[in-house]
Amino acid sequence: MKYEPVIGLEIHVELKTKSGMFCGCPADHFAKKPNTGTCPVCLGLPGALPTPNKKAVEWTIMLGLALGSEIAEVSKFDRKHYFYPDLPKGYQISQYDQPLCRGGKISTSFGDVRIHRVHLEEDTGKLQHAVVDGKKVTLVDFNRSGVPLVEIVTEADIHSSEQAKEFLKKLHQIVRYLGISDADMEKGSMRLEPNISIRKVGETGMPPYKVEVKNINSFRFAAAAIEYELKRHEALLNEGKIPVQETRGWDEAKNGTVSQRSKEEAADYRYFPEPDIPPMRFTKDVIASIGSNIPELPDVKKTRFMSAYALNDAVASQLTDTRALADYFEEAVKAASVFEKPYSPKEVANWLINKKPDIEKVLPAQLIEELHEAKKVVAVSADELNAIITPVLSSNEKAVADYKAGKQQVIMFLMGLVRKQLPKADTKIILEALKGALES
Amino acid sequence: MNASQPNPQPKDAKTVVTRADIDHIATLANLPISDGQSEELTKQVGGTVAYVSQLQSLPTDDVTETSQVTGLENVFREDEIDTSRMFTQEEALANAKNTYNGFFVVGRVLEEK
Amino acid sequence: MLADLPISVLAQKLKRSEITSEQLVAECYDRIEAYDGTINSFITVVDRKKAIERAKFIDAHRETFPSPLAGIPYVMKDAYLTKGVRTTAASKILDAFIAPYSSTVHQKLENVGAILIGKMNMDAWGHGASTENTDYGVTKNPWGSDRSAGGSGGGPAAAIASRFCVFGIGEDTGGSIRNPAAWNNITAMKVTYGRVSRYGAIAYASSLDTMGPTAKTAEDCAFVLEAIAGYDAYDATSSQKPVPSYTKALDKSIKGKKIAFPTEFYGDALDPNIKEAILVARDIFVKEGAEVTDVSLPLLEYGVPVYYILAPSETSSNLGRYDGVRYGNGRDLFTKENMRRIMTGTYALSSGYYDAYYKKAQKVRSLFIKEYEKLLSEYDAILSPVTPIMPSKFGELLDDPIKNMMADLYTVIVNIVGLPSLAIPCGFTKDNLPMGMQLVGAMFDESTLFALGNAYQKVTDWHTRSPNLVNS
Repeated sequence: MKYEPVIGLEIHVELKTKSGMFCGCPADHFAKKPNTGTCPVCLGLPGALPTPNKKAVEWTIMLGLALGSEIAEVSKFDRKHYFYPDLPKGYQISQYDQPLCRGGKISTSFGDVRIHRVHLEEDTGKLQHAVVDGKKVTLVDFNRSGVPLVEIVTEADIHSSEQAKEFLKKLHQIVRYLGISDADMEKGSMRLEPNISIRKVGETGMPPYKVEVKNINSFRFAAAAIEYELKRHEALLNEGKIPVQETRGWDEAKNGTVSQRSKEEAADYRYFPEPDIPPMRFTKDVIASIGSNIPELPDVKKTRFMSAYALNDAVASQLTDTRALADYFEEAVKAASVFEKPYSPKEVANWLINKKPDIEKVLPAQLIEELHEAKKVVAVSADELNAIITPVLSSNEKAVADYKAGKQQVIMFLMGLVRKQLPKADTKIILEALKGALES
Repeated sequence: MNASQPNPQPKDAKTVVTRADIDHIATLANLPISDGQSEELTKQVGGTVAYVSQLQSLPTDDVTETSQVTGLENVFREDEIDTSRMFTQEEALANAKNTYNGFFVVGRVLEEK
Repeated sequence: MLADLPISVLAQKLKRSEITSEQLVAECYDRIEAYDGTINSFITVVDRKKAIERAKFIDAHRETFPSPLAGIPYVMKDAYLTKGVRTTAASKILDAFIAPYSSTVHQKLENVGAILIGKMNMDAWGHGASTENTDYGVTKNPWGSDRSAGGSGGGPAAAIASRFCVFGIGEDTGGSIRNPAAWNNITAMKVTYGRVSRYGAIAYASSLDTMGPTAKTAEDCAFVLEAIAGYDAYDATSSQKPVPSYTKALDKSIKGKKIAFPTEFYGDALDPNIKEAILVARDIFVKEGAEVTDVSLPLLEYGVPVYYILAPSETSSNLGRYDGVRYGNGRDLFTKENMRRIMTGTYALSSGYYDAYYKKAQKVRSLFIKEYEKLLSEYDAILSPVTPIMPSKFGELLDDPIKNMMADLYTVIVNIVGLPSLAIPCGFTKDNLPMGMQLVGAMFDESTLFALGNAYQKVTDWHTRSPNLVNS
């Protein structure tokens, strides 16, 4: 039986705003002492009320625009209820039926992946397990509670782990281009949850189950988790069983997924409109003004680099990996153009890729100076040249004879020998002098 | 379940609340209730639900719902840090029964959510 | 008795140093110590020494506290967070909870120099209309110790009636300020939703909760509201509309003011004593130059069902945070009534029922708004009873959920629409039990209600009566 993977992704991205989603506590929670960045709002104290962070809303819209989403004219926040010790209020302020953005897509080399929706919510606190006084306990830190969190949900348009990986890399790149998140997987500021199922090739409906995998903190693990699940589902289906709809976690040590919670006791989140926050309405002008802050995005930039600088796909991709590197390259191209005999963008690109300078420290102009130094042509007089060429020819009689017999390519061998002694001389001049000597 | 999943088929308002409903609702609401309470609540919640169900007779087909009466829209705060409300670790933990090394402590939860 | 005097007189006497705040505060404490053992209106009495110290400080720095409320002792329903002072919402869940921050209303009153002397009894989490559903013992009605002081804010109302303080701050979600006002012979303003910040007030039902003053008279309420109203950046639903001078509005003429008298409100559900008293009040308004006209508000009967979907739903959500992790005790300590409301609300929001209950109620809410908007575009106020019944005897409401709900018949619809409403005393029965009525106004038009209430209180003396307390 041939099967086809049907994969959708849910990605959470923490925004790098200064302050929280609904309060003024610092959003930067990484490696801080526990419970040192809280206030009545993010600690869920009695009587506390949320006020949404304008920048977080604008950045979510910006992301939506970058993904080609339709931005909601009217949007609102909703309460999503469940009980867990990292959720201080017994509900998470999220968005239910009127997300900020709907639709959009990211193109991959395997085909387009459509975006279902992009919405804004608040992050939860962090749990860690410990043994205190001989008792197994869970410790709770609320520093992360209330940090703005964007959730991006795709349609189930992904059909391989490679495609998932490519999609995720592209999304990661876009988020970083927009400057709205570090999207650092190690720190958990970008978190991935694939929803995986498979169906027989030729079928078009959604499979009757899906498995959600959590706790994934790298693209590699996302791909590995997908591969693992696909094999598992195939084995089950071949046995005539339907995989259980459930949440599983990626277990790095096991290099596989493990069951966490069956969805049979399906969560009932009891969403309702957040009464503490007035709804949002966005005019076309407001959306346009947010859109005007979107920088040139990776795909467009790459295409432009290929045509404007005559670069091939691989080089252009490499140079547009980050916005900083792309900007650096373009600065370097500018710096390279001031010379009497300017260096081509291709030369600059190759130099940049080979040299891998620390772009935080080495200025583009400095890098081009180095290139220029390296390529500098030393003027050589005809006498000097002949003083080197004559002994080379006399000690390589066979080569000279071959040349004279018509093996013209031998000249490059001789050229190399001369070049060794005159590393900075112009190739053309050496070549002409050699030809002259050989043909005289 | 994510928000993209369609709503289950809406059920009709009903006036019979069962014991099973109550036990399920108590789990959702995280309320520890005894068998006796469950029975009592079945009757009482059932009574309230039956009473409020009289709303069904009021036609509201073309009416949009109101969740807030203020008419306010677009109320935001600027992205600025407000230290005036922030707690020290000691203040944050002051009302908790169980703390350890700056953390709140709860019984071990499964490594899931 | 100083606490018998209006705020305007007290402020003047304090300013002229005819009395001191210390004297006034001490007198209140003496009365609390003498009589609250019986009434049980306080959950927490602020340490007497601390309050006296604060009074002395205000006396010594009177020039820096120009507010008429400076040096005036007040109480708050125990739903308000008051930094450093225990805040329980009348629930054992918060029995040991010391508020680590102050509600905006408390902060504003502190800033003008008013002196907090107590945190008051209530139905736990606001769930009730009789202050019987409390973990701190019932509050007895000062007008009849076998009767309830009303609820949910029975504590502050009983304390004002007993002259334990000069004014109180209540919280009204479905009548919690107005119902106790009517049953204790005091005056209270349920403000327009968004007029006073909700920040730091323990949420019952967020889209209905309003914070307002309770005192002896409309005039006193105007002084207090002027101090606590206004926009708060910490409450996204608070209004940025400027706060008018309510005290200046008090003496505005009510000649030609149009008052609507909805006939549906005066049917069989209403106690005949209350009906009779309000008919007398109606004549007084006419005599004072207002026009009172019979109107129809046919949707009244749907108010209670809508309320008992919206309020439990929102409270089931708002009470989710009480898990005993960061503060307080566990969820097993909710009272039976709390559990009923949490369960009902959870049910109404749960998968499959949302459309039939919560969403339906929000639609009917839109119908109410339309009906009231239309009426209040033609009239300046609506004259209505506060409660359909006289102060209930203990136990009467406790185990009868439907009867309990019906006690809110006239009050809840006002919260659902978000309107302001002034509750004022309008008479006594032969048994010397107080009765109240309410004037409901257009959104943000508290001023008109103050003018009407003040005009009425200038020609009546119900509000001047106080109960004969007995030493316990």
